[in-house]
Amino acid sequence: MRVVEFRIDRRSGVATYLQIVLQVKQALRLGLLAPGDKLPTAKEVVAATAINPNTVLKAYRELDREGLVEPRPGLGTFVRRSLARPEAAADSPLRAELADWTDRARAAGLDREDVAALVASVLDEGFGDHARREAHDVNKGNKGTA
Amino acid sequence: MTDLTFQPDRTALQAVGLGVKHRRGWALRDCSFRLPAGRICALVGPNGAGKSTLLSLAAGLRRPTTGSLTAFGAGPTDPAIRPRVAFVAQEKPLYPHFTVADTLRLGHELNPGVWDQAAAERLVRDGGLPFGARVGSLSGGQRTRVALALAFGKKPELLLLDEPMSDLDPLVRHQMMAALMAEAAERATTVVMASHVLAELDGVCDYLLLMADGQVRLAGEVEDLIAAHTLLLGRHEGPALPPELAGHTVVESRATGRQFSALVRTDGPVAGRWEATEPSLEELLLAHLRAPGAPALLTPSAEPRGAAKAAA
Repeated sequence: MRVVEFRIDRRSGVATYLQIVLQVKQALRLGLLAPGDKLPTAKEVVAATAINPNTVLKAYRELDREGLVEPRPGLGTFVRRSLARPEAAADSPLRAELADWTDRARAAGLDREDVAALVASVLDEGFGDHARREAHDVNKGNKGTA
Repeated sequence: MTDLTFQPDRTALQAVGLGVKHRRGWALRDCSFRLPAGRICALVGPNGAGKSTLLSLAAGLRRPTTGSLTAFGAGPTDPAIRPRVAFVAQEKPLYPHFTVADTLRLGHELNPGVWDQAAAERLVRDGGLPFGARVGSLSGGQRTRVALALAFGKKPELLLLDEPMSDLDPLVRHQMMAALMAEAAERATTVVMASHVLAELDGVCDYLLLMADGQVRLAGEVEDLIAAHTLLLGRHEGPALPPELAGHTVVESRATGRQFSALVRTDGPVAGRWEATEPSLEELLLAHLRAPGAPALLTPSAEPRGAAKAAA
């Protein structure tokens, strides 16, 4: 059974292998992928997306390097650890507070973009520009098409 | 499968001083390059660049006037090499009076011992083609599917495709490209794909051979070729190139009012205030096609190697 499916956007400007890396991480965060799950084989991915198989292998190597997955020779590539945080789960108190706050912001007349801008500026204060630097690195990682 | 499919030390195709003379002049002149095995290589260039000539040489359908072309270390007409190479020509030559089933049978008879009937049938069946239909009654896209099925059935180590997807609608093109990539993933097939449609190659090909006027202009890993170039945007007036660019190779430059932009092969950092971005594959190709005078660039893996290293 295939657990995840990758969506490749050739116009995004983000390198294809990085799109796969980011989508696996997102699936790990959301709990769509859990330790022990098998990632689709390169052949399965390219048969669905028509991208170069080496791109898939490069993405899996990167995930392996980060300790998130492990190749088991002859069997495939398996998830090693999760990125899901219980603190950020659907029933967590932090999320409930944020939902509550969002309701108040809306009641105060802010629209979606106002809220997004406000959240972004508070995030920058709280986390420094770390998150932005990471996003920048992602853009810099856009080396060609592979 | 954790190893990358390309095998950097095995050579799939190598040209040294390759030239082909037609009645009206040279179709290929002094071409030298190397294609490592397991790569999916885009063969790009304007009409008349020599792409089809190069593919027919690699398929062993014609012989060079000068120099040499080898596939897996031997001449493409070598009986030991022919079974390892498949070629789908632009016009997809098939027997129009044969049915689809007859055509696959032909593939079976002509490729004893290696023919993969299941792979060929799968491709035909995925397109919903009736096995009893005569090839002459099929649409262009359906004939392409049959031609690719013949090529896949041969289980080649080197697959040469001349404008393979040009007559396919977008859905079928995606299906065929996906089937091609899946085959390549399974068998580590080296693929050379001539195409005009640059968008078709982006994300699919990891190696590039750009030809113009019978000569190799760029050869190497797509990633490395892109990384070797920078798009510079800045302020500069006057007809001369900005002095800061001396010492770098300017492929193409444009001046619009005070704005100056250039695609440059940088040799170290560029002095001055420039906004530097990495070109896209399409920008890289278009700039080189517009600037035929720019010197050729081969990455190290695309430089021909001595005969000793050409593993059979």
